[in-house]
Amino acid sequence: MAPTTKKSAKKSATKSAARTPRVATHAQAKPRSKQGSRVVVLIATRKGAWLYHGDATRKNWRSDGPHFLGHIVNHLVLDPRDGRTLLAAAKTGHLGPTVFRSTDLGRSWKEAERPPAFARAPGGEAGRAVDHTFWLTPGHASEPNAWYAGTSPQGLFRSDDGGVTWEPFSGINEDPQYRKWMGTVQDGTPDGPKLHSIIVDPRDPAHLYFAMSGGGVHESVDRGQTWTPIGAGLEVVDGFDSSNLAFHDPHCVRLCPSNPDRLYQQNHCGIYRIDRPSNEWVRVGRSMPKRVGDIGFPMVVHPRHADTAWVFPMDGSTVWPRTSPGGMPAAYVTRNGGKTWQRAAAGLPEGDAWWTVKRQAMAADGNDPVGLYFGTTSGELWSSRDEGRQWTRIAEHLPEIYAVEAGQLS
Amino acid sequence: MNVLIPAPLRSYTGQRQVEANGTSLAAVLADLDRQYPGIRFRMIDEQDRMRPHVRFFVNGAQTFDLSRPLRSTDEVLIVQALSGG
Repeated sequence: MAPTTKKSAKKSATKSAARTPRVATHAQAKPRSKQGSRVVVLIATRKGAWLYHGDATRKNWRSDGPHFLGHIVNHLVLDPRDGRTLLAAAKTGHLGPTVFRSTDLGRSWKEAERPPAFARAPGGEAGRAVDHTFWLTPGHASEPNAWYAGTSPQGLFRSDDGGVTWEPFSGINEDPQYRKWMGTVQDGTPDGPKLHSIIVDPRDPAHLYFAMSGGGVHESVDRGQTWTPIGAGLEVVDGFDSSNLAFHDPHCVRLCPSNPDRLYQQNHCGIYRIDRPSNEWVRVGRSMPKRVGDIGFPMVVHPRHADTAWVFPMDGSTVWPRTSPGGMPAAYVTRNGGKTWQRAAAGLPEGDAWWTVKRQAMAADGNDPVGLYFGTTSGELWSSRDEGRQWTRIAEHLPEIYAVEAGQLS
Repeated sequence: MNVLIPAPLRSYTGQRQVEANGTSLAAVLADLDRQYPGIRFRMIDEQDRMRPHVRFFVNGAQTFDLSRPLRSTDEVLIVQALSGG
């Protein structure tokens, strides 16, 4: 059952509203087909990282791991620009955070020389410290060594040397208005507020988005020099002021590779879609079954069809169990932009399965048909070779899964 | 002076006991970082605060003061707290 919510009435007048989006040619907009590419599923867990290499059929999987056994790995990402560089955002329980880098698909790793860290505060001020790097996004295809990182507490960082060194990016980390929207650590998730969902428009490296768990969704069209909130249409928990971005809680935002003017969002208060140049989100989750609701963490979009997206709903009633509604885990798919949703649970347990799937723990590959992958906090990894029509368990007995990514190998 | 390294940080040093120089705890940690790049940030955050669960002992006495003066005959022990999960 969805919590009662209040709609954000503020329509932000933004640079992006006036911006004439670059109209990509069909050749530019259509992503390169990855039919038949080998897939590697990258698993980040509370106790290390694993790579699962699929065969050509995606029926058989070979485990490679653990890497960094005992380390908390928040995100493990394959660089799509070279198909072999991996970055892992890691933190060993009692040690400070870092980023590990491999240029040989995990055979060897080196630690970043300068991991993401906030600027030193002026004398007398407390200053913030990065607790962990939460989200990694490779830069635009035209910037082969660029990476972005989002941290907890919320911070935005960029590397221009493939993840070896990192610098604060764009000034928002210390901007007084953004610091207000970020709130404090008490306002965040159970293990701290996050900056996540860093998105680079495939058409334009200067066009960026990010989101914050507490702080809303933001856009830049000038390579991060300025940012504009994109919050109109989003609801907040009843009782909070929707005009205050600090109360906006996007869980996961994804841009459609086949139509970069369309984004989907799984928010604390529902599932949304936005079609630029509009600045207003539309709650497309209202057409989900009422007994399930449209609360959840992950959002996955089809690489070639912008009308298709998948979510994994969770129970957001009463005390927010964050488990599968009714103990019946299921993905839901829309193939018409959110007008209708269908349950996609064949092969999953039919009951007594109280799963949680975190916001980064569901992914799609680029093959045809699309393969889907999700990991649970109870350590199970599941996949579908047919876009969610049938699910199969790949692995079990893993530690708590924090993130799942699907990388394409050449 | 002798510096005893906890197990989680031996991936940097390769050994349990190393030598480092400095007239204060901060200087010794800086020297450790010079020898083993990156090790300091795992113990001290970017605001020069000791990270939670990391403890420093000088000649057996715990200290929370990075400016604590040290002599070359002192022994520094770095300990990870036993909390976990």
